[in-house]
Amino acid sequence: MKWIIKMFSSTIGQKFIMALTGLFLCAFLIVHTLGNLQLFKSDGGLAFNTYSVFMSTNPVIKCISYLLYATILLHAIKGFMLLRKNKKARPIDYAVQGGSANSHWTSRSMGILGTILLLFIVVHMYNFWFEYKFGHVPFTSYFTNMATGETKFQPMSADYVQANKMEEGMISNEQGQFRVVVVKDLFKEVEISFKEWWLVALYVICMFSVSFHLYHGFQSAFQTLGINHSKYNGLIQFIGVWFFSIFIPIAFAAMPLYFFFK
Amino acid sequence: MEKHLNLTLKIWRQKNAKAKGNFEAYKMTGISTDMSFLEMFDVLNERLVNDNIDPIAFDHDCREGICGACSMVINGRPHGPKNAITTCQLHMRSFNDGDTITVEPWRASPFPIIKDLVVDRSSFDRIMAAGGFVSTNTGSAQDANCTLISKEAADESLAAAACIGCGACVAACKNASAMLFVSAKVSQFALLPQGQPERKKRVLEMVAQMDTEGFGACTNTGACSAECPKEISLTHIARMNRDYLMAELC
Amino acid sequence: MTTSKLDSKIPEGSLEQKWSKYRSTVPLVNPSNKRSLEILIVGSGLAGASAAASLSELGYKVKVFCYQDSARRAHSIAAQGGINAAKNYQNDGDSTYRLFYDTIKGGDYRAREGNVYRLAEVSSSIIDQCVAQGVPFAREYGGLLSNRSFGGTQVQRTFYAAGQTGQQLLLGAYSSLQRQVGSGNVKMYARHEMLDVVNIDGVCRGIIARDLTTGKLERHFGHAVLLCTGGYGNAFYLSTNAMGCNATAIWKAHKKGALFGNPCFTQIHPTCIPVSGDHQSKLTLMSESLRNDGRIWVPKKHEDAKALQENRIKPNDIKEEDRDYYLERRYPAFGNLVPRDVASRAAKERCDAGFGVNKTGEAVFLDFAFNTIRYGTIEANKKGIHNPTEAQLIELGRGVIKEKYGNLFDMYQQITGVNPYEQPMMIYPAVHYTMGGLWVDYNLMTSVSGLYCLGEANFSDHGANRLGASALMQGLADGYFVIPYTIGAYLSKEIGTKPISLDHPAFVEAENAVKSNIDKLFAIKGTHSVDYFHKKLGLIMWNKCGMARNATHLKEAIVEIQELRKQFWSDLRVTGTADEFNAELEKAGRVADFFELGELMCMDALNRQESCGGHFREEYQTEEGEAMRDDENYKYVAAWEYFEGNKWEMHKEDLIYDNIKIAARSYK
Repeated sequence: MKWIIKMFSSTIGQKFIMALTGLFLCAFLIVHTLGNLQLFKSDGGLAFNTYSVFMSTNPVIKCISYLLYATILLHAIKGFMLLRKNKKARPIDYAVQGGSANSHWTSRSMGILGTILLLFIVVHMYNFWFEYKFGHVPFTSYFTNMATGETKFQPMSADYVQANKMEEGMISNEQGQFRVVVVKDLFKEVEISFKEWWLVALYVICMFSVSFHLYHGFQSAFQTLGINHSKYNGLIQFIGVWFFSIFIPIAFAAMPLYFFFK
Repeated sequence: MEKHLNLTLKIWRQKNAKAKGNFEAYKMTGISTDMSFLEMFDVLNERLVNDNIDPIAFDHDCREGICGACSMVINGRPHGPKNAITTCQLHMRSFNDGDTITVEPWRASPFPIIKDLVVDRSSFDRIMAAGGFVSTNTGSAQDANCTLISKEAADESLAAAACIGCGACVAACKNASAMLFVSAKVSQFALLPQGQPERKKRVLEMVAQMDTEGFGACTNTGACSAECPKEISLTHIARMNRDYLMAELC
Repeated sequence: MTTSKLDSKIPEGSLEQKWSKYRSTVPLVNPSNKRSLEILIVGSGLAGASAAASLSELGYKVKVFCYQDSARRAHSIAAQGGINAAKNYQNDGDSTYRLFYDTIKGGDYRAREGNVYRLAEVSSSIIDQCVAQGVPFAREYGGLLSNRSFGGTQVQRTFYAAGQTGQQLLLGAYSSLQRQVGSGNVKMYARHEMLDVVNIDGVCRGIIARDLTTGKLERHFGHAVLLCTGGYGNAFYLSTNAMGCNATAIWKAHKKGALFGNPCFTQIHPTCIPVSGDHQSKLTLMSESLRNDGRIWVPKKHEDAKALQENRIKPNDIKEEDRDYYLERRYPAFGNLVPRDVASRAAKERCDAGFGVNKTGEAVFLDFAFNTIRYGTIEANKKGIHNPTEAQLIELGRGVIKEKYGNLFDMYQQITGVNPYEQPMMIYPAVHYTMGGLWVDYNLMTSVSGLYCLGEANFSDHGANRLGASALMQGLADGYFVIPYTIGAYLSKEIGTKPISLDHPAFVEAENAVKSNIDKLFAIKGTHSVDYFHKKLGLIMWNKCGMARNATHLKEAIVEIQELRKQFWSDLRVTGTADEFNAELEKAGRVADFFELGELMCMDALNRQESCGGHFREEYQTEEGEAMRDDENYKYVAAWEYFEGNKWEMHKEDLIYDNIKIAARSYK
């Protein structure tokens, strides 16, 4: 065990931690993006709400989510520790800064970009995760016509509660057979939240932070892990730039904008 | 063609390790564009001696870009505005008439200032002493052609071994990290059959010493390689990371 | 003149067996005794670092001193071209004997047979040793070591690592040294300058060193002291040496009894970047390997030369038939690859005749155009391009040239601002290496017991001229393979010597003398900087004791140096104090020594009434302007003994050639 501690306390070891946790967070972002794309479905939020229930109740996903929280914390704490160590290595700074001539500004700003992201995650989790888990999120019932597949929904009264986040059943009447789902309506929560212009602005701005952090971070993680070869550097760079620093932030930023203008 | 420049120099002056330093400004007139940057310092120092002022202390020796002694951060960039050269190879034709040039020492806590622009880089020697060698005693070597080494490996190894130990990588890095310096040596030996027996031990001990000296961590900004007078590649840092991981894991 | 002082101690026996027999019979020191024997090594270049590592590996306690901030910065690092070794890997007829012969002949028959043969013998082991250390020499595609040819030889025996062979070899020795430092067997004193040796009863017992950071004077005891401090080319101010290179260590030793051998033997390197102005602080060498592919020429017509000097025409405006490829003309067999002294003198001869090609008239062209086209043609053939255009040939050829010399071309452009791919380089000879140095015997011991001298600092192996790629060979031979054996002969008798107290009167006295010398420099409080005097000394040396010398000039030089020295000691200004980092003080001490050495160099040059190797006396030349040696009267080593007040007495060591037939040195 001693060697593990020794390994992860060296500068290179600490950077391994940053790289591994960073890449894990990148992987999470993929899932998070794809899942949240369901917000754009015009089913009154049924798919998104069902997905939210699944993500917050499935024991495997739950385990992974705790791992995720730990990873975020570890990535942030390690990041701050390294920042302090690095500052100590250069106690007096240069009077003239020449960094722009030798490196990309994103790579020199990972600390500040990361800090913005950490603050964003706190706000974001308060807005949705905390509200969903501990706050008062209203329920909505969805009726899906089994013959036509058409879905109608109706909010439940504000004081309605049920034991589980989601209950479902089948009913039949003269109009046909229906699948009825009564579920905590996180979708509604999203819809309401993103009517606030300042929150939308905050989210969009923070997505720039995501973009810049990943522009350097994704490729950097591979370098830290020793993966640098002319044969596949192009691919890593392509994914880092086009997928992580362009596609993902745009997809995320589109969500608040979509609801704001809807 | 030769031209003459008028310049203002802002140079870091610090009497000794403990003293508090500050910038002093010096006006220079009629500096030939054929002069090297250090020859301009000679001219200035000559003037200071004539004025009975302590001349500016700076490290320099070979003045042909190979000994690695010279070490000035010029307008925020180690070894000045041009790539792939040392301060002593920088010529005044790289500047314009009327320029203000700020000159600072390498700034890193493992490189304490001795005087003015002179810093103590013995931390590099200690890293080398920790493992930057192949343990072979004089006289015990086999015939040089007994071990074949591919041209590619030899060339790549030489590209790493070209490091002159000037410390520009540390000076350029926002974290004052020595990863490029250490990786150049680790990589040189990792690429050669002679380096294999001690490969794991070497990387572990050199990295441990690097940490003991108090250098920062690597953020992969690439500033080190961009400012390196010998253009040592970042691939060597990746190789060292890989070797370190392997050495710790297996 | 006496010869009694000079016993070269060359072992008896046939040339081939001298060293192997000596090695097998030299007294050894028992491993446990080695631990209590201390060796001080001054200088950390190829000779110093390799000796320190090797002796430490054997078990001796070693201390190493260097003035630079790290052992790795010693000026050996700047050697570009390569290192010779008689490996005969190319199957082109090389052998130990041929390397020995080439070196003796290259040195114009002014080196000892025994020493040089030993050098040739151990040359192979050096390559083995360096490869084992992980020195990345150039390789062929098949994985074997690559070789190139160098001036003064007709075989390919030079091993190289691009244009930075010296760097790679030094870093190899440095890494071995650091290994010993890490294991605690070597104590390293960087930023320390030796300012005197301490002799007790005629035996060297230690040194006085100044910590250049704090200014503190330190006393160090050693059972033996090795001076590996390189050459004294900076006596000329402008040279290819590093700014800090100095003669102080060997000069102090000389003043304490070590004889100085052949001080006037200076090598002027033919391919350096010409002086650009008064601000010039040093001269940059362009590797001799460039002469493999570069052709040296000046215009045939005076009017063309004049136009070039006034910058009215470009070199490429001069037609082929109006160019004088003077080396090819004068030396058809060796052409552009004649030894350095010959090439340098030929350049001077043309420039003196008014054919120089830059504004000062002191430069010749080194032109790659011909070989660019030749390489281009080869490449075009390889690529199957039929009827290539000239532009295509030039482009392909430049690719090859770039691969071979890219770093040198970049360096040239950096310094001159001229693109050498498009215009021929301009070069001129510059002081590069000093063959002279402290006189040593076969054991590398000076005339003072216990005081050794290795590498360029000694006089031993290169005679009157050193061949390219032989300096690295000698430095490493001395350090890796000679001193570890020969020092045993002395130290085996020293095992009973207990470390001498640093409070011994000899140490105290030496330190006081050093201190008073420093105080004296500060006390002058004159008006001129050290550089002011150094530049003036350099000019006297270059003009009157440089590439071509004559009795009148040398006599004048001696007087001028003496006068300038007086002025130095009455009008020098050293700023700052002695107890701090003070570069002016360091320089002042070194230049003070150059003043004395400079005078001795002129005296030696005046004494040697012949032309040999790097020493060219205008009075002694053939009608064609070739050097004229006088073997009858000057086939000896001039070893000078110092007496108080800058007086010298010369001792002769006759050179005996049993194995080589002395002949005129011809490269025609």
